[in-house]
Amino acid sequence: MSNLDKFRTETKKWLDENCPPSMRSGADPSIPVDEVWGGRNAEYKNPESKLWLDRMGEKGWTMPTVPKEYGGGGLNKEEVKILNEEMFLIGARQPLLSFGIWMLAPVLLEYGNEAQKKEHIPKILKGEIRWCQGYSEPGSGSDLASLSTKAEDAGDHFLVNGQKVWTSYADKADWIFALVRTGAKEPKHDGISFVLIDMATKGVSTKPITLISGKSPFCETFFDNVEVPKENLIGELNAGWTIAKKLLQHERAFISNFGLAGAAAGGGRSGRDIVSIAKKHLGEENGKIKNSFYRTEIASHKIKEHAFGLTLKRAGDEGGKASATASMFKLYGTEHNKKRHELMVAASGVDGVAWDGDEFDQDDKNLTRAWLRTKGNSIEGGTSEVQLNVISKRVLNLPSQ
Amino acid sequence: MKLILTEEEQFLKDTAKNFAEERCPISHFRSLRDNNDPILWDKEIWKEMTTLGWPGILIPEEYGGSNFGITGISVILGECAKTLTPSPLFATGVLGAFSITNFGSSEQKQNYLPKIVSGELTTALAIDESSHHNPANTEMTAKKDGKNFILNGKKTFVVDGASADLLIVLARTSGNKGEMSGLTLFLIDSNDPGIEKIKLDMADSRNYANINFNNIKVDAKSILGDEETGGETAENILDIGRIAIASEMLGNAEAAFETTLDYLKQRKQFGVLIGSFQALQHRAAEMFCELELTKSSVLAAMKAADEGSNELQRLSSLSKTIAGETLHLVSNEAVQMHGGIGVTDEYDIGFFLKRARVAEQIFGSSKFHTERYANISGF
Ligand SMILES: Cc1cc2nc3c(=O)[nH]c(=O)nc-3n(C[C@H](O)[C@H](O)[C@H](O)COP(=O)(O)OP(=O)(O)OC[C@H]3O[C@@H](n4cnc5c(N)ncnc54)[C@H](O)[C@@H]3O)c2cc1C
Repeated sequence: MSNLDKFRTETKKWLDENCPPSMRSGADPSIPVDEVWGGRNAEYKNPESKLWLDRMGEKGWTMPTVPKEYGGGGLNKEEVKILNEEMFLIGARQPLLSFGIWMLAPVLLEYGNEAQKKEHIPKILKGEIRWCQGYSEPGSGSDLASLSTKAEDAGDHFLVNGQKVWTSYADKADWIFALVRTGAKEPKHDGISFVLIDMATKGVSTKPITLISGKSPFCETFFDNVEVPKENLIGELNAGWTIAKKLLQHERAFISNFGLAGAAAGGGRSGRDIVSIAKKHLGEENGKIKNSFYRTEIASHKIKEHAFGLTLKRAGDEGGKASATASMFKLYGTEHNKKRHELMVAASGVDGVAWDGDEFDQDDKNLTRAWLRTKGNSIEGGTSEVQLNVISKRVLNLPSQ
Repeated sequence: MKLILTEEEQFLKDTAKNFAEERCPISHFRSLRDNNDPILWDKEIWKEMTTLGWPGILIPEEYGGSNFGITGISVILGECAKTLTPSPLFATGVLGAFSITNFGSSEQKQNYLPKIVSGELTTALAIDESSHHNPANTEMTAKKDGKNFILNGKKTFVVDGASADLLIVLARTSGNKGEMSGLTLFLIDSNDPGIEKIKLDMADSRNYANINFNNIKVDAKSILGDEETGGETAENILDIGRIAIASEMLGNAEAAFETTLDYLKQRKQFGVLIGSFQALQHRAAEMFCELELTKSSVLAAMKAADEGSNELQRLSSLSKTIAGETLHLVSNEAVQMHGGIGVTDEYDIGFFLKRARVAEQIFGSSKFHTERYANISGF
């Protein structure tokens, strides 16, 4: 038996013994489902969510490619593929959703020193510490490098003052990775540092913001004379912009997968499939969506989705050149996801704009909220216009004014 | 299925790129058009393509071909399309070679394949009978007369129809217009006295004809594949043709886009390069994304054809739809971003627009294939 075959057999066995029944497809629908983000204050409606997280975290399989010395799975690419396939086969849930995994850990591995990697990565992948992202400020969104949250040198620590905004889940997170100004305002990219701040530190406070979807997943975050130990600086002083940009590429890569994951077989993440929604609300005739105008639009949309999926696959087969293509995927994936939700809402008619109350199906009400949430997809992680700028400049080499 | 070219395919692509750039830049096409060339492709260039082995790429080695596959021939067509090189390669090297290799009797293979490889024989596929592609609407009849068939009817918009030696013709042996059953494919010598070719003058200045068939008498040996199931066979040939033409259209779009990008980096207005205007930058970036999607779709379809995937039909319609839409967009934007010179005959970019609109119609428009994609997908 080859090593990979052996790995597959062992993995299958391990998953069989360790993945709790309610964490697999076909689970009893009456058992509550948690969105597991981990952290110091995590609460679980279903104790098996925690059990599954702990087991996967212990194996390092929440970040399977990370070296074992930092608590990861230490798997190679082929092994990860096998792990994913085996998890897919039993319909295993992702044990942990995490900004730490998607964004911070990859840049810590690249830019952090040994002590920082040893300190933070294991806690990220075990879900012990929940992270949030402190980039945007009231005056600095797309023009992120103009940021002004200040970190002054105070001997053994930095003194941080300023405000961040749109900080997703800041009120639930334990730590924040933040961009702060440690140098001059001009040239703006050169005075920025990348620091890690414990949200429990005196002087850090958050205030939730309500979104058009009615939910309140993000906050204003305030820093009032916050003392941050010097060892929490990642990379060199004033050299944070490079790290910041690298992290954005990781962020864009995972955001671009949202739409597709959502649209994948039977609706994936969101469980919403545009064809079944259209058939439910518009009727079906000989297996076809009854209304030809909607049918045409949905078909065009499905074709684009198929082509986009093939493009992600091609990028993988080519060896996944990151950087500028991440911008393309972020742009296309999020615009496509918005369009998909617009079509689902339109195909649902009045039910697609239901807000609350017993007259409407829960599915329809959820769709309304989900549709509104997608509007943020093309803003978070750099707006669509910003992605178009990146493609123009870095891929097409078009001149600046 | 891996979405990357093999070394062999990459080699064919590079060879074709050099050939097209050196031997037939756009000026070559322009001079054929300006000289009112009767067949609108150059026999000398065709000979050179033959020397490179291109017409035999889909033909097995025993008949002198190289059997390099659909991906191989399609990437060649894609490169030739970048300089708008006209040649019989599509109608003969793809449609003729694929049809006879896969559905021909051993006698038909013996008779025709070596001659396709050597460049002596060119072919054309005659399917449509009206202004919109629709094989099911075939009305042309092939009536049984003892051991023979008598063919009567009219075919329209036959690619290379004005010059091809051998015609592959879809005719009705039973049933009614609108049905895919009851159809049969015939191989017919285009010099038959009952054939009348009417050369068409199309916007893209390439070789097309309408063809009238008046009491053409052939025997059963002229049937390609099986009697009565020619509709299915034709669909299979068409799917390969659609993929190859989608690859051409991708080549057209890539070239028009490159030319436009160059222009954005050269032309100055208001004291700056026009490529620094964000209104144009964003439109260029959007085209870039559409081109990337098109590359993936065409590549997936070519690979599916070579691997005999059961996704072939769906991917064929996907690639023809996406290639059509992308070329449509890029050809329009290319003209617009060139300003005044974009609409002059002297400048080449307008050729791409004219080629685009004609190619969009070949073997089904994006609309046709969007509907077909939906039917195959079950919605
Ligand atoms: C759901 C959601 C979650 C988020 N989570 C976080 C988070 O966790 N942490 C965090 O730090 N931030 C987060 N953000 C903030 C996000 O990164 C910013 O909103 C985004 O970068 C845009 O900044 P802005 O809101 O200030 O808009 P602005 O930059 O003011 O943009 C306004 C408009 O101007 C356009 N524009 C701006 N500059 C240009 C240009 N150069 N060319 C063309 N058009 C331009 C924009 O595209 C946009 O349409 C989140 C945002 C959303 C919606």
